[in-house]
Amino acid sequence: MALDYTNNAFVRFDRVQKSYDGESLVVKDLNLDIPKGEFLTMLGPSGSGKTTCLMMLAGFETATHGEILLDGVSINNIPPHKRGIGMVFQNYALFPHMTVAENLLFPLEVRNMGKSEREAKVKRALDMVEMGDFGGRRPAQLSGGQQQRIALARALVFEPELVLMDEPLGALDKQLREKMQFEITRLAHNLGITVVYVTHDQTEALTMSDRVAVFNDGVIQQIDAPDVLYEQPKNSFVAQFIGENNTLEGVLEDIKDGVALVKLDNGDVIDAKPVNVSAKGDRTRVSIRPERVEFRKDRLKKGAHLLNAEVLEVIYMGDILRTRLNVAGNSEFIVKTRNAPDQTRLNAGEIIEIGWQPEDCRALDA
Amino acid sequence: MSDTTIPLIAADGTPLKRKLAQSLMRSRARAFGLALPLLAFILVLFVYPIANFLTQAFYDARFATLMPGTTEVLKDWDAVSAPTEEMAAALVADLVVSKKEKTIGKVATRVNREMSGTRSLFTKTARSAKKLEAPYMEALIKKDKDWSDIEVWQAMKTASRVYTPAYLAAAVDLKMLADGSIVRQDEDRRIHVILFWRTLEISFLVTIFCFILGYPVAYMLSTLPARKSNLLLILVLLPFWTSLLVRTTAWIAMLQAQGVLNDLFVVFGLASDDDRFSLIYNKTGTLIAMTHILLPFMILPLYSVMKTIPPSYVRAAKSMGATNWTAFWRVYFPQSVPGIGAGALLVFILAIGYYITPALVGGQDGQMISNFIDFHMRKSLNWNLAAAMGLVMLVFVLFMFWIYDRIVGIDNMKLG
Repeated sequence: MALDYTNNAFVRFDRVQKSYDGESLVVKDLNLDIPKGEFLTMLGPSGSGKTTCLMMLAGFETATHGEILLDGVSINNIPPHKRGIGMVFQNYALFPHMTVAENLLFPLEVRNMGKSEREAKVKRALDMVEMGDFGGRRPAQLSGGQQQRIALARALVFEPELVLMDEPLGALDKQLREKMQFEITRLAHNLGITVVYVTHDQTEALTMSDRVAVFNDGVIQQIDAPDVLYEQPKNSFVAQFIGENNTLEGVLEDIKDGVALVKLDNGDVIDAKPVNVSAKGDRTRVSIRPERVEFRKDRLKKGAHLLNAEVLEVIYMGDILRTRLNVAGNSEFIVKTRNAPDQTRLNAGEIIEIGWQPEDCRALDA
Repeated sequence: MSDTTIPLIAADGTPLKRKLAQSLMRSRARAFGLALPLLAFILVLFVYPIANFLTQAFYDARFATLMPGTTEVLKDWDAVSAPTEEMAAALVADLVVSKKEKTIGKVATRVNREMSGTRSLFTKTARSAKKLEAPYMEALIKKDKDWSDIEVWQAMKTASRVYTPAYLAAAVDLKMLADGSIVRQDEDRRIHVILFWRTLEISFLVTIFCFILGYPVAYMLSTLPARKSNLLLILVLLPFWTSLLVRTTAWIAMLQAQGVLNDLFVVFGLASDDDRFSLIYNKTGTLIAMTHILLPFMILPLYSVMKTIPPSYVRAAKSMGATNWTAFWRVYFPQSVPGIGAGALLVFILAIGYYITPALVGGQDGQMISNFIDFHMRKSLNWNLAAAMGLVMLVFVLFMFWIYDRIVGIDNMKLG
């Protein structure tokens, strides 16, 4: 689906700030446009402001400053029940004193919908999440995964255009979580709804979203499609937070033809792609993904800078091999290699030479 | 699994069920042993005395033991035909013995309860019983012509029953006649039923008031941050640390004609100085004081239940388009019902047996059933009637439990 990022944002945060105590800002100057039909994930550590943003959008928290617009209309002063936004809560919040069907009927009843229409919609919503036979059960009689489906159906049954999800899969086990991740994305895309999804699980964020907004300290650090986020982090927080990452610290020596020369603290010199360093002499933290580290010279460009590394440990993980190295004083330097037949097996104690393509190694802020 | 009819066998060949029972036996015995001291304590000092006392509601062997001969003869009398010489002879013989053993007072009191004004007849006759000679009926009537009144003999027959419904009947304004039939008490002596109704009415109103006052407070406590709610909870509990008597007398100071509240009314022109509200020594006083005293019993169960209702439920309801009121009424309130049930039942049952507060601030029309039980225990010394009234109360409270269980479900009650 082609998303229109430029104009007519469906949801717009315009210079939004939020403070709970009047002393510190939980959300600092947030600007965010979400086009119609997008699956946007707010990702960040706890206390980064992502849930607060979601609650402000839902109407359970008021913005201290700034405006939130929904379909071009400011909703700052519209109470939550008039916003028409579906929401899935962390612990599902299924009403325990009602049956599954009554739970789903609730949003339709408060809208004074006719009886036959109500029942048709409930049936459709239950079928949609493959829970058609469970209408008469109480939430307590359902497993976690089933409750999750019902919560989803309940948020969708009144056909909202925007659905908010607050860590909806946090309470499920890994396998079920992966299954639900797929189902939620499938449903969202089939129905064409806009989803704002909050999570602290980066795998979830990467697999489900059209775009991911990485929050830290009340500020969006980077907002991009998952692959861009992973491969081209704009700062060291994002590089650290998304996926596994090796960092080496040093000083920028020179930038030539778009390649930065970084002198590491132990004196070695490496090539990197300058991202947010500019002036010579700046301290920088270079970041490289474990799977982009190469120790076979035939795969590297001629003239690439190589580093000496000592193999400390090889961990066999089935599909991949994780090798822990000591590189330029960093003894937590990880290399991931696919467990393929032609793969060289390293042994602890070996001294090898490693290198990488300069564009895979990003020189970021210190 | 479902179609096996053969019982499962444990490894050593015994049926699995018995094996399971054996293996659980020791831990059960140990658990029971821990509960034993309390059980013994309750049985000896609580269950036994109460049960023993309650039997007095329908068991009264005083007349039968002290006047064995008379009791024997009265048993065959139909209570309608004229008293016989045989009855008179047995009576005189028993009176002689009871005079000698100084038990005549007890006998006289017992018969007097069935027919007031007969006490002196018995004590007087017993004093000279030794001198009476056959024919005894004539001698008795000669001594006091009241002996010719058949009602005296009927009263004795009623008193001679060992197991008697008379007290229970009296507790609900009925009266048992000598022939065993039960009729309503004379109109001017029907006081108990009114009293039961009033007790119910006061308990019910106090429960309602506690609910109306307590629900918002409990809600506020449950939504405030822990530090503030703990402080407020202490304020709710504060009355518990003050003597019940002190709290009740404090209300006297507040509510009496020259009290704080009435003074304020006069100052603000709500009442004239010579026509102050009577807020105490009547039902109003009982209601106000009892509501205040029982309020914590409503707030605490409500609070503990509300504390467990996550705010996400109401939020979810609102996100689905429910107004504040709908979200409260259809989502929050139903989940607080177990707390309401527990609190209401607690307050109601405590209120129904309340004693000190109505005794101090109740005046005439603020008295409750417990005050009458106390009266019969300490003043009129009619323990049997006191026991009967207590039994009626107990049965009624159990009935309320049953109703509650049918409507709300006892397992639906949460005290915390």
